[in-house]
Formats: sequence, structure tokens, C-alpha cells
Amino acid sequence: MYTQGLDGKIGPVREAETAEEKEREARFQARIDAEERIEPNDWMPEGYRRTLIRQISQHAHSEIVGMLPEGNWVTRAPTLRRKAILLAKIQDEAGHGLYLYSACETLGVERAELVEQLLAGKAKYSSIFNYPTLTWADVGMIGWLVDGAAIMNQVPLQRCSYGPYARAMVRICKEESFHQRQGYEIVMTLAQGTPEQRRMAQESLDRWWWPALMMFGPPDSDSVHTAQSMKWKIKRVTNDELRQKFVDVTVPQAERLGLRIPDPQLRWNPERGHYDFGPVPWDEFWRVIAGEGPCNRERLEQRRRAHEEGRWVREAALAHAEKRRLRDRAA
Amino acid sequence: MADKDWPLYEIFIRPRNGLAHRHVGSLHAPDGEMAIEMARDLYTRRGEGNSIWAVPAVAIAVSSPDDKASLFEPAEDKEYRYPTHYTIPSDVKNM
Ligand SMILES: [Fe+2]
Ligand SMILES: [Fe+2]
Repeated sequence: MYTQGLDGKIGPVREAETAEEKEREARFQARIDAEERIEPNDWMPEGYRRTLIRQISQHAHSEIVGMLPEGNWVTRAPTLRRKAILLAKIQDEAGHGLYLYSACETLGVERAELVEQLLAGKAKYSSIFNYPTLTWADVGMIGWLVDGAAIMNQVPLQRCSYGPYARAMVRICKEESFHQRQGYEIVMTLAQGTPEQRRMAQESLDRWWWPALMMFGPPDSDSVHTAQSMKWKIKRVTNDELRQKFVDVTVPQAERLGLRIPDPQLRWNPERGHYDFGPVPWDEFWRVIAGEGPCNRERLEQRRRAHEEGRWVREAALAHAEKRRLRDRAA
Repeated sequence: MADKDWPLYEIFIRPRNGLAHRHVGSLHAPDGEMAIEMARDLYTRRGEGNSIWAVPAVAIAVSSPDDKASLFEPAEDKEYRYPTHYTIPSDVKNM
């Protein structure tokens, strides 16, 4: 999802050559195999470090950009209760972004550098946040489906081999459950409302269903780095396994609401014990990843503007702190 | 060019009186006072604590994993530091 393996490139990594280097790598793998956690100052292969930096920073960027589609509805939330809930949820997402930037910094990269990469359009974030929130139902749909998919992806990451990432995930997972439930409650309210409200809920589900399934990333057959990430226990469950699990738990939730999943091929397969579902429109996925989704440009522009407009605040706070430090020293 | 970031603070929170402060994570802040206000928003949104320490990360001395052997191995062969090392007849009570 937020770690959908969008960009497999981590640049050339020098392979272990000498016997000593190979021995060190074998020792590292043995620690991973023994379910030991790796901590910031421990030795780690360069590929492991770079894979983590890529994954954690993409995850962090996704949390930050993910605030934008929801922020679109804060001033138009239908009641004060919904507005307070939405604000609290968005604040949580900001927190998730910050926990993750912190975790990433323990790998020897600076947050400012990561933010710079995002603003320069050089970093990836989850494809899902390049879709617009056209109706209030979309806010509910994001909570139910997008946060639902996030939970599915993040729960196994709590056991990721890298300690700081795993710990950030524990905090995040504790908070996500509220996100999904408030979303489902919004959709349920609409689904039990007037015919117009029902239509709004259905129309929203029709737009979000496939993009939600894309959140788990390309099919296993197309994701080159899955095997290495699984071996390092950075990743615990494959994209396709997570996607299937998501479909299996979400279909009954939609049925309960009386909403129809927009997939004519969807049906329960008693032999497999899973739902079969139609082909995911991967062309659309790759287009969105390449920057041609409905809102890619808008999202980045909004982040850039926020960054620029906040610059004087960051500088003033630092100047104030410096002035006070000098004054305290003089006193 | 990336902007210069605020300094890094490590954040410790005491969940409630009677417990020690525990490391919860880090954040960037212009100074200690702001670090505490930001830690409030970042790490205690759901009543996770009642006291915050914000420590400049540069002020923390850290042991190196390379010194693990010299620092911690000496403790491993000193069985006599544990009560189970001693054989006391079972009819001796309250010990
Ligand atoms: Fe989140
Ligand atoms: Fe969330």
C-alpha cells in the first residue's frame, strides 16, 4: 500500500566480494533468520539500508500527501462531530508521517533531504492519493477502504526486521483502527439514508474500489524486489496475498451496507476458500505512478506551496531560539 | 538544496506517576520548549503520558555495537551473581 514497491530502484549496490565481506553478510542473514531485530548502529548490508530508506520514506511521504484529499473536506464536513473527527484523523496522519521520517533518519539520511526529494518530484508516494475527493462519501470511502488497506499492509510490518520501523508501525497500527471505523460509519450513514445518499455512496465505491486494490502494489509476478525484501524480513507478506486478504474481508462489509462491488467477476470460490476477482486495471496504475493520475500535479503543487509559505515560520522559530540562547548565556 | 532542519530531540514520556520516563521517538524542534509542545501533539494525542523530557540528540553519548563484546561479555560468565548459582538444602526455609 503505502509501501507498494512503487520504485524498485535503489541504485547500484556493491556486492560482497572478499571472504570477510561474505562472512559478514552471512552473519547478518543469520541474525535475521533467527528473528533478531536490527538496530540503527548495527552493521547492515548497503542494499538493506537503501531498501529501507526507500520504503520508509515512500511510506512517510504517503502519510503526508494523504492528508490533502481529506483536508479538502474539513470546511465542508456535514456536522461539527464529523469535522472534529476528520481533523483528528488528519492530525494522526501527520503524526504517522513524522514517526516514519524519524525512523528513516536512524538510517543516516536527513529528513530535510527526503522532503526535498518529495517536493522535487523525485520521490514516490502511494498512487491512491492522486485521486480526487469529489463528494463527502469519498471521505468515508478513504477511511473504510484506504485505511483498511493500510492496516492490512501495516500489521505485518510491525514484525519488520528493522527495529525503528517496526516500532513506528506499532504506534501507527494502534491509531489506524479508528480511521477505518469512522470511515465505515460515514458510508453506513449514507447507505442507510435517502436514495440520493445511497447513490452517492455507491458512486464513490465504484470509483475507489480498483484504486484501493492497486494500493498493494503490482502483482507478485511483476515485483522484482519482493524476494529479497522477504528474505530480509523487511516485507512479510506478498502484494498478492495482501490483496486477496483485503478482498476477502471487505466484500462482506460491502454486503452488509447493501453496496455493490464494481466487479462482475467477483464471486466466492469454495475450493480456494477465497473470493475470485476480476483483473486489476494495471495500465491505470502505471499511468498514475508515472505522474499521469488525476491529481498528481495538484498534490505536489499544494505540498510545495505549504512548504514555501511555512518557510518564514521555520526560520523565525530558529532565530528566536538562537536569540534566547544568547540572552540566557549573557545573563 | 535542502533547507536546514531544526535540531533533533529525543523524546521520553512518563505514562503515569510511579513509572519511569520511556523513550518514544524523536522529533525536530527549534528549541526545548517547542520540542515539548510538539511532543505533546505528536506522542500524547491519546493520554499516553503526563510528563515529557526532550533531550537534544547531540547530548546523548551512545555505546557502539563494536564494543558489545568488551562491554557486555564480562557479565556472561559470572554465574555467581545469580541466586540460582547457590545450592541450599530444601529444608532451609524463607531464602
Ligand atoms: Fe496513516
Ligand atoms: Fe490512517
